[in-house]
Amino acid sequence: MKNKFKTYLLLGLVLLAASIFLGIFIGGVAIEPGQALKVMLSKIPGFKASIPVTWEENISDILLKVRIPRVLLALLVGAALSVSGAVFQGLLKNPLADPYLLGVSSGAALGASIIILTSLPFFFLGLPVVPFAAFAGALLSMFLVYGLARTKGKISLHTLLLSGVIINFSFSALIMLIITLSNKGLAEVVIWMMGTLNNTNYDLLPYITPVAVILMLVIYMFSNDLNVIAVGEETAVFLGVKTEKVKKLLFVLTSMLTALAVSVSGLIGFVGLIIPHIARMIVGPDHRILIPFSALLGGIFLILSDTLCRSIIAPSEIPTGVVTAILGGPFFLYLLKRKK
Amino acid sequence: MKILEAKNITFGYGEKQVLNNIDLSVEEADFIGIIGPNGSGKTTLLKMLCRGLKPESGQVLFKGKDIFKLETRFVAKNIAMVPQDETIIFPFTVFEIVMMGRSPYINRFSWEKKEDLDIVASAMKLADVARFKDRNIDELSSGERQRVFIARALAQMPKVLLLDEPTSHLDINHQYDILELVRKLNQNVKITVIMISHDINLASKYSGKLVLLKKGRIYTEGPAKKVITKKIIKEVYGVNVKLLKGSVLL
Repeated sequence: MKNKFKTYLLLGLVLLAASIFLGIFIGGVAIEPGQALKVMLSKIPGFKASIPVTWEENISDILLKVRIPRVLLALLVGAALSVSGAVFQGLLKNPLADPYLLGVSSGAALGASIIILTSLPFFFLGLPVVPFAAFAGALLSMFLVYGLARTKGKISLHTLLLSGVIINFSFSALIMLIITLSNKGLAEVVIWMMGTLNNTNYDLLPYITPVAVILMLVIYMFSNDLNVIAVGEETAVFLGVKTEKVKKLLFVLTSMLTALAVSVSGLIGFVGLIIPHIARMIVGPDHRILIPFSALLGGIFLILSDTLCRSIIAPSEIPTGVVTAILGGPFFLYLLKRKK
Repeated sequence: MKILEAKNITFGYGEKQVLNNIDLSVEEADFIGIIGPNGSGKTTLLKMLCRGLKPESGQVLFKGKDIFKLETRFVAKNIAMVPQDETIIFPFTVFEIVMMGRSPYINRFSWEKKEDLDIVASAMKLADVARFKDRNIDELSSGERQRVFIARALAQMPKVLLLDEPTSHLDINHQYDILELVRKLNQNVKITVIMISHDINLASKYSGKLVLLKKGRIYTEGPAKKVITKKIIKEVYGVNVKLLKGSVLL
């Protein structure tokens, strides 16, 4: 079991490294791999002197201020959404659950858009406000969806998904209302609603990266419990899992993780749904392998999708969420069909 | 020594009262059969004994201590439950499901050890599921699945084994194998067994003591000879039966 884990993790890491390089080299301005490596090495203290500057100033800027942060953002958002999806699917014992479908993403988007579209300050006490607002929104929607689906202490799955869809609609409508009332550029907001990594908020990266990584690690610690819960909640109790407590904790942590992703990338759909699926088909349903592998696969998928977004019609670009949906939708249908 | 006790348990789902003032006392190494018509509260009672459900009033004691005050993992190491059936959505393998029986023993930060692998291997062998240990649980027949759940319960290495209709989906040879296995565990390893059965004959044959439930109350309890009489069966099940050498014939 442990060997299988190592093999898949290694495979994932190699693919991830490859896609990071692709994401860095490809774009509106093609950068030669050799040159890019030189630029990056020149930023490492100790190497600097030994590398002659043979590139133009703007190449270095594109690499260090746009490409690399953007690839890292794609990795982070892809991993966060995929881990969230994997956890929601396990908790709800439903392979159709994901943060987008459950309304958690749109709750986060509502919270974030209130800050972005009104003239509220972006920083408070030195901390970025948007992720907190997104988290508040995500928790609110989770609370509503969960509350609606809960009757007599039991969660009905159908009601849960249905209330997710309804919350999704209502919150999207509220966001549209705020957009209409505010006087910010509509096109920009619509793109954000579709999900994009073309973000001027790369300065949020140093704040959200450590938090997202810690969240994912804490979630990962509950993999064993999640395995048993994914089999059956009642059985989980027989097997010594504090089911209710673990479920609540995981719902909150996962909502936080989703909120972080949404606060920097908008509503990128499909990643949280298809990536855990594909990961499960490759490594099986054991969350101890599934969670880290989903994170890697999600990162790879979003880096590659985003590279596509910003290079096919360069210098313009397509919202990342559009590409993930166009790629993800048919692929998902194909997988479902093949399974039958 | 009393290993498990139910004291004046009451439970209802909403308006419907399912269990009324149940008192049950289980001695170590007892083999108890719970019988009764559909809807008499058998499964509900069994779930209360392993903290799957919380009684509305009354207490369940394991070795004299309230099981809701004991550590969840401690309870799972001592009391194992084999549910009637469970739908499993994700394609876990048989091995993975049986390994979950070790989860009360496996630390959050570690993977299964050699000891866990050995225990799982022997549990799978005992329940005769080792042959298909790498198959997905959703590809199995309900009888095969039932044996997998039995293997999982054995992997918990419990002192008390609760079984909810463990033979309902099994064919005769496996019914016999499983019940013989449970009997051996009971007699040789002194595991306490509480088993629900629809089959009054099987229950009488294997249990040292029968508990007959009717409408959420214990109608009568004791050795099979005392419980299975023509009169009692007529009163509880409403059918006339013939008793043949300790077996019931409809």
